[in-house]
Amino acid sequence: MSLLDGRLSEDQRAFQDSARGFSQEQMAPFAAEWDADRIFPEEALRAGAALGFAGVYVREKHGGSNLSRADAAVIFEELAAGCVSTAAYISIHNMASWMIDSFGTEIQRARWLPKLMTMEHFASYCLTEPGSGSDAAALATKARRDGDDYVLNGSKAFISGGSRSDIYVCMVRTGDDSPGGITCVVVEKDAPGLSFGKQERKLGWNSQPTAAVIFENCRVPVANRIGAEGDGFKIAMKGLDGGRVNISACSIGGARACLDAAKAYMLERKQFGKRLADFQALQFKLADMATELEAARLMTHHAARAIDDGDVDATMYCAMAKRFATDTGFTVCNDALQLHGGYGYLRDYPIERYLRDVRVHQILEGTNEIMRVIVSRKLLDQ
Amino acid sequence: MKVLVPVKRVIDYNVKVRVKSDGTGVETANVKMSMNPFDEIGIEAALRLKEAGSAEEVIAVSIGVAQCQETIRTALAMGADRGVLVETEEGAEPLAVAKILKAIIEKEGPEIVILGKQAIDDDSNQTGQMLSALLGWSQATFASNIELGDGTADITREVDGGLETIKVKLPVVVTTDLRLNEPRYASLPNIMKAKKKPIDKMSPADLGVDMTPRLKTLSVVEPSKREGGVKVESVEELVEKLRNEAKVI
Repeated sequence: MSLLDGRLSEDQRAFQDSARGFSQEQMAPFAAEWDADRIFPEEALRAGAALGFAGVYVREKHGGSNLSRADAAVIFEELAAGCVSTAAYISIHNMASWMIDSFGTEIQRARWLPKLMTMEHFASYCLTEPGSGSDAAALATKARRDGDDYVLNGSKAFISGGSRSDIYVCMVRTGDDSPGGITCVVVEKDAPGLSFGKQERKLGWNSQPTAAVIFENCRVPVANRIGAEGDGFKIAMKGLDGGRVNISACSIGGARACLDAAKAYMLERKQFGKRLADFQALQFKLADMATELEAARLMTHHAARAIDDGDVDATMYCAMAKRFATDTGFTVCNDALQLHGGYGYLRDYPIERYLRDVRVHQILEGTNEIMRVIVSRKLLDQ
Repeated sequence: MKVLVPVKRVIDYNVKVRVKSDGTGVETANVKMSMNPFDEIGIEAALRLKEAGSAEEVIAVSIGVAQCQETIRTALAMGADRGVLVETEEGAEPLAVAKILKAIIEKEGPEIVILGKQAIDDDSNQTGQMLSALLGWSQATFASNIELGDGTADITREVDGGLETIKVKLPVVVTTDLRLNEPRYASLPNIMKAKKKPIDKMSPADLGVDMTPRLKTLSVVEPSKREGGVKVESVEELVEKLRNEAKVI
């Protein structure tokens, strides 16, 4: 519960109710099992898709929910409060679907979106490579034109949904070494020459498979190109603004769940004959956690609205929010773990899972160091 | 066939309710409100009748302050076709609510009215029964299953001894129990579509209903705090305490 709840529109409260109900009943009770057994919860994902979560800001025509980024921030916070890892995968699926919706042709939208919106098909987004992480524009996967096909060679790393997804939205190099040499193509899972690396073993995010995506003379029809040749980097960067808001919301959701758990634990746990809630040092800790979390939420919603309004500084606001919200999210989970003492470290309590799941948010969608690069570049740009 | 479902705006079931300091009621300012859970079950039951082809239209009715429109929107987002809001600032008591519903039912002509068996705020468990009496319709309270026949309905009721199935003639007033169904969540697109569905607004006076309270609230207090238990030394002591202290045997 947050102060912001009272500032939400009537519609947003309805979206929040729906997402919260779904998350608390169909995600939270199973999240520990999905994490421990590395289960990609396809049935739960499809149940969520039936409520419109697969295409929150995809237009209505092919089954999207056509909501704003600010609405999406409310929704992803709720989903993440139930299971951070699954919510984060849903946000990636949303981003890939949005790229097809926003930059694809009507033929491409009609071909791919209906099944993505029901999650009969799952989507992955492929930008990062083994040799280009923060320096995304240095990507080296080559796409050579051969008649009506592109022939892809190279590999993509850390791909959520890798090997399980049906649709891979990929950034590849069709031109020179500049950002203008990058093009966006959709690779379908049965494309000849497409293969996958082993499943990565990870600290968190265990309810989604992660693998390298490998192209060896992989043939993709030119008809699968999204936008024009050379548009890829611009599409990637636009996608990342929204991706950063989503991942911020996922950190906030996970941290909120930990804050609620810590609050309940403080009221119940007794040491030295008093409840933890009666120790002022811990009261102050809890107050700081809630305050920082509220600040992160406000920044995230502000950044979301900046995208919705087409603000020229939207990229900077998204970078600020992503840096702050994902750092705060981790810190709040960590503080909640500390308040739980030894129990917080046990898998019998959910805190350590939230901590492991939100940790990666400080790394992906652009590391928090890169967020500082984006912000300072904007500030110093005369 | 039309199905009419009254929906009440109540304090959300997750909220820890606090009594107002002057003892006149409970705190509702800045408190999350939502649809009475038994009414959600009623909406779900009506939607299933519609989806099964037994009903053509589901009408959601709410009585209360202007914000009750949100509760109606929730019903519309779940799938109800249209809403009726009877706006009043007065706290509506079960009898007044039943009278208002009777007036609306006489205008709308539904054959089934599905109410929650009670609202989780005042737990009266009276409106459905009063409505049935005012209309002279059959009633089937605490329903856990509804099977429609030809001009009749077989309704399974949750009673103290187990389950009781009765056959009633339509039109009928049904009240829902918890196990009737699990209500659906509204999907994001349906939440947006609900905004375009019509809501008729009227006042109790338009329906000729006198809202003057018949009940007087003397005081509202918190339940007494739970006290710690005691250990007894012997069976004799236990029996003695049960007889003389707890006075249960």
